[in-house]
Amino acid sequence: MAQLTMIEALRDAMDVMLARDPQIVIFGEDVGYFGGVFRCTSGLQKKYGEERVFDTPINESAIVGLGIGMAAQGMKPCVEIQFADYVYPAYDQITQEAARIRHRSNEQFSCPIVIRMPTGGGIFGGQTHSQSPEALFTHVAGLKVVQPCTPHDAKGLLISAMEDPDPVIFLEPKRLYNGPFNGDHKAPAQSWKNHALGEVPEGHYSIPIGKARVHREGSAVTILTYGTMVFVAEAAVNTLGVDAEIIDLRSLLPLDLEAIEESVRKTGRCVVLHEATKTSGLAGEIIAIVQEACFYHLEAPVQRVTGWDAPYPHALEWDYFPGQERVCRALQAVMEA
Amino acid sequence: MTSHCKLSFAHPPARPGQTPDFSSVEIPKAGLLPVLPLDVTAADCVEHANSLIRVMDENGEAVGPWAEFLNRFDVDTLRAGLRDMMMSRTIDMRMMNAQRQGKMSFYIQGVGEEAIACGFQRCLKPGDMNFPTYRQQGLLIAGGYPLEMLLGQFYSNAFDPLQGRQLPTLHSARDYGYFTVSGNLGTQYVHAVGWAMANALTQKDNISIGWIGDGSTASNDFHTALLSASSYSPPVILNVVNNQWAISTYTGVAKGKGRTYAARALGYGIPAIRVDGNDYLAVLAVSEWATQRVRAGHGPVLIEWYTYRVGAHSSSDDPSAYRPRDEGKAWPFGDPIDRLKKHLIHIGEWSEQRHVQAEAEVLSTVVEVQKRVEAAGTMIDPKPIPGATIFKGVYADMPEHIRRQRQELGV
Repeated sequence: MAQLTMIEALRDAMDVMLARDPQIVIFGEDVGYFGGVFRCTSGLQKKYGEERVFDTPINESAIVGLGIGMAAQGMKPCVEIQFADYVYPAYDQITQEAARIRHRSNEQFSCPIVIRMPTGGGIFGGQTHSQSPEALFTHVAGLKVVQPCTPHDAKGLLISAMEDPDPVIFLEPKRLYNGPFNGDHKAPAQSWKNHALGEVPEGHYSIPIGKARVHREGSAVTILTYGTMVFVAEAAVNTLGVDAEIIDLRSLLPLDLEAIEESVRKTGRCVVLHEATKTSGLAGEIIAIVQEACFYHLEAPVQRVTGWDAPYPHALEWDYFPGQERVCRALQAVMEA
Repeated sequence: MTSHCKLSFAHPPARPGQTPDFSSVEIPKAGLLPVLPLDVTAADCVEHANSLIRVMDENGEAVGPWAEFLNRFDVDTLRAGLRDMMMSRTIDMRMMNAQRQGKMSFYIQGVGEEAIACGFQRCLKPGDMNFPTYRQQGLLIAGGYPLEMLLGQFYSNAFDPLQGRQLPTLHSARDYGYFTVSGNLGTQYVHAVGWAMANALTQKDNISIGWIGDGSTASNDFHTALLSASSYSPPVILNVVNNQWAISTYTGVAKGKGRTYAARALGYGIPAIRVDGNDYLAVLAVSEWATQRVRAGHGPVLIEWYTYRVGAHSSSDDPSAYRPRDEGKAWPFGDPIDRLKKHLIHIGEWSEQRHVQAEAEVLSTVVEVQKRVEAAGTMIDPKPIPGATIFKGVYADMPEHIRRQRQELGV
């Protein structure tokens, strides 16, 4: 087992799949010769050639639209949007085309495309390098939306996404690219190189889409979250000493309904965390599911801790990012209710 | 201080109540423009992108060097082409009536534009893929698509291959080289380029064809497709059907100060030509040239088909609210069916009598199929499609949350 960063794990997944499946092609802005602005595709063009890994014009609609055209024929494009904040020019192609081609053609055509995009804040990225747009995709029938938070899951989920017959929005929390981050920006940066979750098997393996991962078992309260907030939740739980069950959803569409329902029925309390803005965010959907399925098991109102309903700020990053302190307050509120 | 700046607004040549005016339309003589080499570059087709290739002259004779591309087609093909166009128009007429009778919710006709799709289809081979708009139904008709399926799609009944999921005329027919049509404009132009890239990457000897209307050239994806085609040179033909109107909006609004839509491609380094879209012989000749060029690996080409949208935009539109009622009749390039008929009579291969007979045959074929398809359900007398179809094919495998919704609906 190798010890890899998330960047290396993602690159490894693409390397494995390029070698395994001739229908896989990889493209996006700066993805080819340069190997990506985050190095996620470093060395792949050299190894597999320009026809498998190439650069595109700065046009997100082209990146996705060309991929849809290729995927409809049976190829499996794994394309990159440089930042999730820049996916909007491709929104028409993703929501009205990729998501619907299978259904509207009664399965004459399909769209096995993977759209990778770095997401999330905590890096002083300001308004257009920090966004978490997952709810704009989880609202779209026909898409799958996933977000790993460890190198191990990053590789296994990306391989699953590339093997999936349907379009997958693959969100990569760039704050976790090099190491875990628990929201304490004053603490020294950690690396995946000496972290248990940085262990990544060699070769091919997959993590099923639609299955959550129990990050920490517990019995007092269920924390439903994903991405960077998994580690923020863990730190808050350790600070409070509460026996929380932390569930890393991993798959945001479809959600692992059974894992959510089973855990909340067990603990009777629930807090939902995400970096994305609050109103109409994914937490609202998750809370509705919990309310519908677990109402008679709930012993306290479900809490949510999210980004504020404002554009992601630059200077006031740590007032905006839903850090440990806010998570602790929510946990206390739900425990004391 | 007052500003010197003033906006300009494009206006059509005539509005309702005025006399149609096409006096500003240039009408080049047939047969003037030379044939271009298959490997022509954008720089060498400036004249072809700004003028108009025409093959049939006013007497119905095929003239000029582009006529050499007609040698591949025998007279039976031309008669079949005439029948394709008559079939297309007859279906449009019958379906517009059926829509008016409430038997279907919506319809889009292609009257006046039949030559383009019907002619172009004759130059394709199995495995080539069109990325049509909603106004290229002629591709299916000329491609031998079963009429039961074509009409079944309009009625959303058991004959509908799409199980009632799509608005009428938004067909999908993979086996007939017809990509699933979407209601949102422009997107498919990019898919055509991507599909062609896949053909090249997997070494298939097939081409793809993007279709777009004049109005939709304003969409982002027109630029996206041209730039991508220019960057990667895949085997794709990019068709622009310039029918002068985008619903109520005159083509000048989309065109801006540009001279032609074809000329836009030159800026991307893509060769482009402009063709009389009501001249079936010109459509055949140029389509044949273009498919040869693209298949031979010389890269993309854009064709602007110059025509006129004779009918209403859709069954929900009333063109008398924004243009003269009889403007289509004044279109200086005439009617594609009348013109091919004239050519066939001119060369002694058709007659008025045979034409009347053919019209009757086409009509009886359509009426017979229509009766059979309507018996399987219309909007007035629906025969419901199984409700479970709503949930099928959203994904390859049905996820739990959708399975629960299907149970909730009780299907």
